[in-house]
Amino acid sequence: MTEPTRNRTALTVAVWAWVVLPFGYGVYELVQKATQLFTG
Amino acid sequence: MPPAALSVHLSIGQAYAWSVFKPPLESSLDLSGTASALPFQLGIVMLGLSAAFGGTLVERNGPRWAMFVSLVCFSSGFLVAALGAATRQYWLVVLGYGFIGGIGLGIGYISPVSTLMKWFPDRPGMATGIAIMGFGGGALIASPWSSKLLEHFGTDSGGIAATFLVHGVTYAAFMALGVLLVRVPPEGWRPAGWEPPREQGHMISTADVSARNAIRTPQFWFLWVVLCMNVTAGIGILEKAAPMIGNYFEDTDTPVSATAAAGFVALLSAANMAGRLLWSSASDLIGRKNMYRVYLGVGALMYLAIAQLGDSSKPLFVVCALVILSFYGGGFSTVPAYLKDLFGTYQVGAIHGRLLTAWSVAGVLGPYIVNKVADHQEEAGKTGPGLYSLSLTIMIALLVVGFVANELIRPVHPRFHEPATATAEAEAEAAPAEKGGDR
Repeated sequence: MTEPTRNRTALTVAVWAWVVLPFGYGVYELVQKATQLFTG
Repeated sequence: MPPAALSVHLSIGQAYAWSVFKPPLESSLDLSGTASALPFQLGIVMLGLSAAFGGTLVERNGPRWAMFVSLVCFSSGFLVAALGAATRQYWLVVLGYGFIGGIGLGIGYISPVSTLMKWFPDRPGMATGIAIMGFGGGALIASPWSSKLLEHFGTDSGGIAATFLVHGVTYAAFMALGVLLVRVPPEGWRPAGWEPPREQGHMISTADVSARNAIRTPQFWFLWVVLCMNVTAGIGILEKAAPMIGNYFEDTDTPVSATAAAGFVALLSAANMAGRLLWSSASDLIGRKNMYRVYLGVGALMYLAIAQLGDSSKPLFVVCALVILSFYGGGFSTVPAYLKDLFGTYQVGAIHGRLLTAWSVAGVLGPYIVNKVADHQEEAGKTGPGLYSLSLTIMIALLVVGFVANELIRPVHPRFHEPATATAEAEAEAAPAEKGGDR
């Protein structure tokens, strides 16, 4: 893998992580709450 | 491009989590429930207005300009609201979050739409589905995060001010990624190995229609009715979800607790969000008109099932409600691609902005119908499913109206098309800014 390609891959991973990590947190909290329908 | 769009939509989707701030504002500033809802309501009205009136500017100045304006308005709206909370001047909270922030909502909502469809001409439904799913997902992040900040800073006016301040700064940083990343594809760009199909469906136009001409076509107004009816029907159930499931099964052996009702609301949010990506992507395969036949036709059948089943089956009630909410979300995310099919990509962002006024109307109409009818039925002494049977019938009728409007949509008459030369000139004029995709 050449240097520019490696940099580009790292950038792609970083920008996706920027949006996916907070979104994952939101989904995690949602799942916790949604399970209350079956347990609450 | 998708992370750029998501960074904006995940931020402005915070608007749906405004309810977290209502109880602390009411207790610390001595406000009524109606007063504490004002910033959100004004924000949604400004969303519709700024999308409608700012759409042409967004098309002219490009998505980077639009995302920057959205960032400045949305974040400074929080900062002004923080000042209002700190000085106990509630009008500043309304002005900041509702008016200034609302402009950020509208401009941000439409900012990535036409660019996404230019990057993904092979799958425009999926492309806009990703972004608009982000708007649904924004509340999922903001709701628990805002609650935790309020816990940390306190729920007095100082604590609310600090929470608003952190929101303003954090969202500015988060949205900056979108401003930095967004790129318009070079003219004539196509995904590798993809060729436009030689035979397009008859509903897919290869010509372009300007925003000014689009609103003169019956197609625009039929689609306006379609969106308005679909959103009204969805909001109807979303608005009253928690009390509705509680009322529905109160006379059964297994009543629904408040905790379980909160879980039901969360599940509806998940369906709303998932529908935005799933159904919009499906519309790339089956066509936009067919997709709306499903939203409106099957949606009406789901409402009918809820009305007919009464309190006989809780799982079926939940499944029907989830399907309806997934159609509600899908309706939002499929509409930009429907507009692109009818009017081309030339000024689709501006046309989308004008169409969003249907959302503003539905946002008032849906809750009004459900709340008014439920109150009336309660006064008449009805309980359980009987409280909602009339509302459900009205929702079915609205969906049928939407279904008929969708059936009336035909390809746009060529007299509304832009002359090929005018479109080419406009594109050439925009080309220097687009070259290198730097706007």
